[in-house]
Amino acid sequence: MISIKNLHASIGDKEILRGINLEVKAGEVHAIMGPNGSGKSTLSSVLAGREDYDVTEGEVTFNGKDLLELSAEDRAREGLFLAFQYPVEIPGVSNINFLRTALNEIRAYHGQEEMPAKDFLALVKEKSKLVELDSKLASRSVNEGFSGGEKKRNEIFQMAMLNPKLAILDETDSGLDIDALRIVASGVNKLKSKDNATILITHYQRLLDYIVPDFVHILYKGRIVKSGGKELALEMEAKGYDEIKKEFEIAD
Amino acid sequence: MANEILEEHINKDYEWGFITDIAADEAPKGLNEDIIKFISAKKNEPEWMLEFRLKAFRNWQNMVEPEWAHVSYTKPNFQDIIYYSAPKPKKELASLDEVDPELLKTFAKLGISIDEQKRLTGVQSNIAVDVVFDSVSVKTTFKETLAEKGIIFCSFSEAVQDHPEIVKKYMGMAVPPTDNFYAALNSAVFTDGSFCYIPKGVRSPMELSTYFRINASGTGQFERTLIIADEDAFVSYLEGCTAPQRDENQLHAAVVEIITHKNAEVKYSTVQNWYPGDKEGKGGIFNFVTKRGICLEDNSKISWTQVETGSAVTWKYPSVILKGNNSVGEFYSVAVTNNYQQADTGTKMIHIGKNTRSTIISKGISAGFSNNSYRGLVQIKKGASNARNFSQCDSLLMGDKCGAHTFPYIEIKDKSAVVEHEATTSKIGEDQLFYCKQRGIDNEKAIGLIVNGYCKEVLNKLPMEFAVEAQKLLAISLEGSVG
Ligand SMILES: Nc1ncnc2c1ncn2[C@@H]1O[C@H](COP(=O)(O)OP(=O)(O)OP(=O)(O)O)[C@@H](O)[C@H]1O
Ligand SMILES: [Mg+2]
Repeated sequence: MISIKNLHASIGDKEILRGINLEVKAGEVHAIMGPNGSGKSTLSSVLAGREDYDVTEGEVTFNGKDLLELSAEDRAREGLFLAFQYPVEIPGVSNINFLRTALNEIRAYHGQEEMPAKDFLALVKEKSKLVELDSKLASRSVNEGFSGGEKKRNEIFQMAMLNPKLAILDETDSGLDIDALRIVASGVNKLKSKDNATILITHYQRLLDYIVPDFVHILYKGRIVKSGGKELALEMEAKGYDEIKKEFEIAD
Repeated sequence: MANEILEEHINKDYEWGFITDIAADEAPKGLNEDIIKFISAKKNEPEWMLEFRLKAFRNWQNMVEPEWAHVSYTKPNFQDIIYYSAPKPKKELASLDEVDPELLKTFAKLGISIDEQKRLTGVQSNIAVDVVFDSVSVKTTFKETLAEKGIIFCSFSEAVQDHPEIVKKYMGMAVPPTDNFYAALNSAVFTDGSFCYIPKGVRSPMELSTYFRINASGTGQFERTLIIADEDAFVSYLEGCTAPQRDENQLHAAVVEIITHKNAEVKYSTVQNWYPGDKEGKGGIFNFVTKRGICLEDNSKISWTQVETGSAVTWKYPSVILKGNNSVGEFYSVAVTNNYQQADTGTKMIHIGKNTRSTIISKGISAGFSNNSYRGLVQIKKGASNARNFSQCDSLLMGDKCGAHTFPYIEIKDKSAVVEHEATTSKIGEDQLFYCKQRGIDNEKAIGLIVNGYCKEVLNKLPMEFAVEAQKLLAISLEGSVG
């Protein structure tokens, strides 16, 4: 699905990603954990094609294509989806209109015709049920005045609508109450298939009780310093990052 | 990086910049009493009309060009302008067949049908159009249909000939010839425009519109529009305009007056798309316009909606004098400036009657090196008890080389007044754009979405056909302005 090799990225003259290596195959769920400021959101932004960052070294292949060569919108059209840590508000643009535009742009890219309005509305109905999104939210302006939890749920709703190949969820669990967490997690699980993959960025092992990862990676100072199975998350939660910080301080 | 992308894009060219090769009947350059007499004679005007002009001219000679607006430009040389230019031959047109085919082609190119048979496809309501080409009105459609209802819709010149008593009674009521420098100039030299009278109890069965086109070089366009809605009458009025692409700056100084009687309502919508000049700020129209309405009697309503995308310099404050009790004034505006365009626009709401209400929604969008100012006055006179005003002025910046300014003036002389003012300034977010792109929406479409969302409250006020037009125009005006 995606293969990241020695990825370096910086902003200005500050290097934030310092040689990331990661291989995610179809059907897999990977969790990325790590202390604040370690570069998790930067990694997702760089993969999604945010232009504020300069990629100085490394390569990324996404379904056989050179990801770094593609524009942000083309990456999305190729099936890369990012659930934002801080979803953006777009006043005056209804969620429905926004998604319809997005969906049809993606379809056009694949040479498909616009989805008929009837089918689109049926899809909205089906997918909003999946994440138990209040139908009122679907017709409101994108994220405007949404509560923190509603924004996160809306991200998963959008993901369900756009049906991506690779979804990167950047702290989608933070700010969710217990019930919402369960709903979102079950939504993600239902959307999981052998043909798609998920990268979960999280601080909490709790999420991983609901969405069981195949691999857990610890990101620290722009590098993946430790990888393992689900038990690594438990270990981190119990011990904290002190040991890791000590061990990798020298590499700063 | 963000800023580089901002600069990278090139603007789409002005699509309406062509010139029609047509013979014109012109006055010599310059301005003096003889020129005014020439214009008046050309139009075969009655003595009182010439007097009105000359009085205005004498006033104007003692006035100085205003400098308080937040714009800078080289002042026009008023002796270097042609004040009268009419497409030849100028004779009464009995049917469309007699209209110069070049003219018909021009309007076809502009997407305006002056052929009553060819109604806009897919549009239910018909629109009657008065077409003003340079200094004269060339054609008014649906005149007969409207006449059946007693509605008078014709060129200003015709109104002076055929309905002098109405013109005499109302002209100058909302905008006196002494009002300001450009209104005085217009009053002296105006050549044509539209006239509309809706009689008692009549709702106009269709939208009325004027389409202004400047074609000839070296000319100014000075038209006047006068709209009167008698008791219980209603009309929705549309105004559109374009001009050829030229290196010179051309002056457009119009006057629009609206008068509403008891329970009457006039809704006036403008999509202003005069040539804005090129990317370096060369050429373009100076748009110095005085628009004002008077809610003369109780329970009447005047509503201005404008989408301003064109002109090099715009100086325009559609206003409402709320004289009748319970009368309502509204101003909904989107003003877009790109490249080196400058706009200083807003409104005045003058509350005189009791329980009068006004609403101001202004959305400014600045891109490129442009400057966009909102200037508004809310005045509550003594005795205007329980007057209410709500104003919201939002500015949206695209890039970091443009400017947005807000100058709200509030004068309250009655304690019972409630005046609310809200203002916001935001930047079109890189975050918003990236969010859209991450969902597969490209830059141009994303800007279109965001800007139309931002202007929604105003665009919603436009008649359907116009709203679609305005949305497209917004997208075109801002094309390539953000990365
Ligand atoms: N645009 C930027 N300008 C300057 N520094 C930046 C920028 N974006 C990220 N950084 C810096 O890069 C580092 C990594 O940030 P990032 O947001 O990727 O961390 P994170 O692992 O997602 O943290 P958190 O757990 O708090 O979400 C931080 O030190 C941050 O301040
Ligand atoms: Mg983060």
